[in-house]
Amino acid sequence: MTAGRIVAIVPAYNEAGAIGGVVDAIRAANALFDVVVVDDGSYDETGVIARSRGAAVVTLPYNIGIGGTVQTGFKYALERGYETAVRLDGDGQHDPGELQKLLGPIERGEADIVTGSRFVEGSGDYRPPLARRIGIIWFARIVSLLTRQRVTDTTSGFQALNRKGIALFAGDYPSDYPEVEATVLVFKHRLRLVEVPVTMRERETGQSSITFVRSIYYVAKVTLALFMAMLRKYAIPQEEAAGS
Amino acid sequence: MTPVRVSVAAAIASLLLILIVLELIRGRRLKERYALLWLVTGIVLLVLSAWREGLTTIAGWLGVATYPPAILFAVATLFIIIVLLHYSTVLSQLDDQNTLIAQRLALLEAEVARQHGERDAGPTVAREPEHSVRPESLSPEP
Repeated sequence: MTAGRIVAIVPAYNEAGAIGGVVDAIRAANALFDVVVVDDGSYDETGVIARSRGAAVVTLPYNIGIGGTVQTGFKYALERGYETAVRLDGDGQHDPGELQKLLGPIERGEADIVTGSRFVEGSGDYRPPLARRIGIIWFARIVSLLTRQRVTDTTSGFQALNRKGIALFAGDYPSDYPEVEATVLVFKHRLRLVEVPVTMRERETGQSSITFVRSIYYVAKVTLALFMAMLRKYAIPQEEAAGS
Repeated sequence: MTPVRVSVAAAIASLLLILIVLELIRGRRLKERYALLWLVTGIVLLVLSAWREGLTTIAGWLGVATYPPAILFAVATLFIIIVLLHYSTVLSQLDDQNTLIAQRLALLEAEVARQHGERDAGPTVAREPEHSVRPESLSPEP
């Protein structure tokens, strides 16, 4: 039933102003996309609007945060038998027109997970505010060091995944700033991660879930989590372990 | 001045706390979110045990210059209160969320039963109510 189809996972929290356009744009970008909006306990019309535009909507009973919300989408993809998934934010900052670029390495079998990066050569001239830029560089450095692979954008939520990537994240996905830690998870599980350049738009409506005061806490927490993740042993799939 | 033995014992205890917390995180028995406060507690206590002049100075400010280790107790107590208060807020939040899940589950079950009933009338499964907690209506108010 889902053969050849691709699920587009869209986490959304109070994005009534943007979600309709996002769902329309995804469906317009590729007829193979089935859109699932994971509504993280919004108190606006996010879920109603998404459903009216033809998306499947999974509504969480209360706000569980970005990590749990995105993981709900991966579980949905896994249970419905999708071979390929893309993930983009519900606020309109990711252009569905660029999804085909993300899917390229998956379709060619070159990667298990593809991330749209704002900072790799060839991406748009995205200039985040200073505090945010410091955080982004800090995590890019640490993750690159830990994984011994050059990773430029560790906080990007613009991704494409094959079945292996979906299964990994459905089973194990971090909570706050999940993409940073998830990159280390990908490395520890010996999945292949590739970055492709993308341009991200300014947020259309809504408010970033990260405020400045909390960012200090998040940086400390995620940094701790990164090192702890490196110290853990993770199960490597049998055929992978035998081959390496 | 703080007796050296007090400083050494306090430093070892703080270090142990830090190591145990780290090992609990690594073993996935403690989430980073709930571990940070413990780590800060351990680090502050470790600094205060190792930095003996600092402890004496702070003790002077607070009028316990005769016995600086009292500051170690005070700081440890303060942090324990903060951690407990934090846990109380977390517990309250979990309480609310638990109620929401129970309500959502009950409504879903009613909906599933209704759809079943429409097809082949009658209850599908007779389920024992799981009263691991005594219903509040039965327990007298304290």
